[in-house]
Amino acid sequence: MATIEIACRDVSMVFATSAQPVQALAHVSLEVERGDFVSLIGPSGCGKSTLLRLIADVLQPTAGSIEVRGGPAMRARLAREFGFVFQHPGLLRWRTARANVSLPLEVGGWGRRHVPPHRPDDLLSLVGLQGFEHAYPRQLSGGMQQRVSIARALVTGPPILLMDEPFGALDEITRDHLNQELLRIWAATGTTILFVTHSIPEAVYLSSRVFVFTPRPGRVLEQVKIELPSPRAPAIKDTPEFVKHTAALRRALAQGG
Amino acid sequence: MPPAGRSPRAVLLRRLLLPLVVIVGLAIVWDLAIRVFAVPPYVVPAPASVGQALVKERARLLDNAIPTIVESLGGFALGNLVAVAAALAFVHSQVLERALYPVAVAVRTLPIVAIAPILVLLLGNGYAPKVAIAALITFFPTLVNMVEGLESADVQAMELMHVLSASKTEIVRYVRWPSSLPYLFSAMRIASTSSVLGALVAEWIGTNKGLGYLIVLTTYDFRTALLYAAMVVTSAIALAFFFLVSILEWLLVRWER
Ligand SMILES: Nc1ncnc2c1ncn2[C@@H]1O[C@H](COP(=O)(O)OP(=O)(O)OP(=O)(O)O)[C@@H](O)[C@H]1O
Ligand SMILES: [Mg+2]
Repeated sequence: MATIEIACRDVSMVFATSAQPVQALAHVSLEVERGDFVSLIGPSGCGKSTLLRLIADVLQPTAGSIEVRGGPAMRARLAREFGFVFQHPGLLRWRTARANVSLPLEVGGWGRRHVPPHRPDDLLSLVGLQGFEHAYPRQLSGGMQQRVSIARALVTGPPILLMDEPFGALDEITRDHLNQELLRIWAATGTTILFVTHSIPEAVYLSSRVFVFTPRPGRVLEQVKIELPSPRAPAIKDTPEFVKHTAALRRALAQGG
Repeated sequence: MPPAGRSPRAVLLRRLLLPLVVIVGLAIVWDLAIRVFAVPPYVVPAPASVGQALVKERARLLDNAIPTIVESLGGFALGNLVAVAAALAFVHSQVLERALYPVAVAVRTLPIVAIAPILVLLLGNGYAPKVAIAALITFFPTLVNMVEGLESADVQAMELMHVLSASKTEIVRYVRWPSSLPYLFSAMRIASTSSVLGALVAEWIGTNKGLGYLIVLTTYDFRTALLYAAMVVTSAIALAFFFLVSILEWLLVRWER
């Protein structure tokens, strides 16, 4: 039996706002196995970003429990086991692209106590930003900033990657390229990836499993296993098998209303 | 940002030339007004006689400028240092902020002109009361701006630091401090001129040197040309401080340009 890397049990999240409480998630239970590539898909505002924040111990659930690698989420956070790509890049504007990527190495002296698996410059070339090492964020486009933030999440080689619509702001070609690179890193490192996307084909192409969410308050509507062979190449997108999966996902999403 | 199509050099020339043209224009208007309305020279001197006073009395002006410069610089440094330290302490401890911020506001409402004699009584006739007043006048704008600047840190950046399990000190070092620098510099630009003002007011009482003293003395003696010359020198000092701060900002806050 595979090890459970992330387990959410009956997780609910209510935000106390000044107007009225907003229930973002209702009784979400899901498990992610070690080394799995799992996507979350669901309508806007259904709580996908909130769930990633809960798992990374940025927020505390109002009910239910979250376990990461056999302990509380906080332990995993303190052990620096998460790489997080936020929905908005959130780069530090006073740091160059290279300095933004190497930030996780500096915080807590991580780079002094560990051997970094990647060099920041290599990661920048990986995301297609060679030559922009010294650029400040305001000199980069939105999509370029997002790619810097992807490189930043990878720099410590974390066992868990939480990615919130990382490729949403990118053109089709760059997106395909980064999909490919992400699959390559995933296969090479055995990283567990939890990936939020609005693109059904992207979810099918990348994942071994997809969780479909209902509109807010988000619940897990369905769990779809993607039975496509790995490693995958872009040509797979034209096969009937692939189309069958995207159709199934589309049906599931529509069913949520 | 220089407008497109103009070289930076042309822009710089314009920037320097325009105020110069305005100043020369004002001097001409001033000269004409004195002639037309037959204003006696002990009330308003002609621009030419102010120029003469500047040249003839340069030794005396310089003698009195030096203490004023020393006091303003000392006050500027002390006021900003204490304000930055206080703002950092406030960000570190809410209790401290709640206890001391209102006191700082209350001190602010005391008129400097009223505090000056009290400080002279307390601190004697030397540099100390002047530095104290210049410091007091610079302290408050910097404190307010600095607290705002340290708290202006981007939510996304704070979330990132949380995921990286950064310590409080690291959050200040990597996020809060750099976000506050533009705020600090806009406060320091205000302080650069008001510290000179503070030193000047302090020199009105209990001293026999400094530009403030010279201004009071020449007013009583109806040496109006020298009075105006002293004002010109004071302005020049304040302007020089202002430019120094601007240059420092240009050097240190690179990412905003
Ligand atoms: N800090 C917060 N305070 C109050 N309400 C919040 C907060 N964060 C999220 N919400 C609410 O929770 C709900 C879910 O938000 P969330 O950002 O998780 O959605 P999402 O599924 O990521 O949407 P999208 O696909 O548009 O990114 C929304 O209704 C939102 O208004
Ligand atoms: Mg979201």
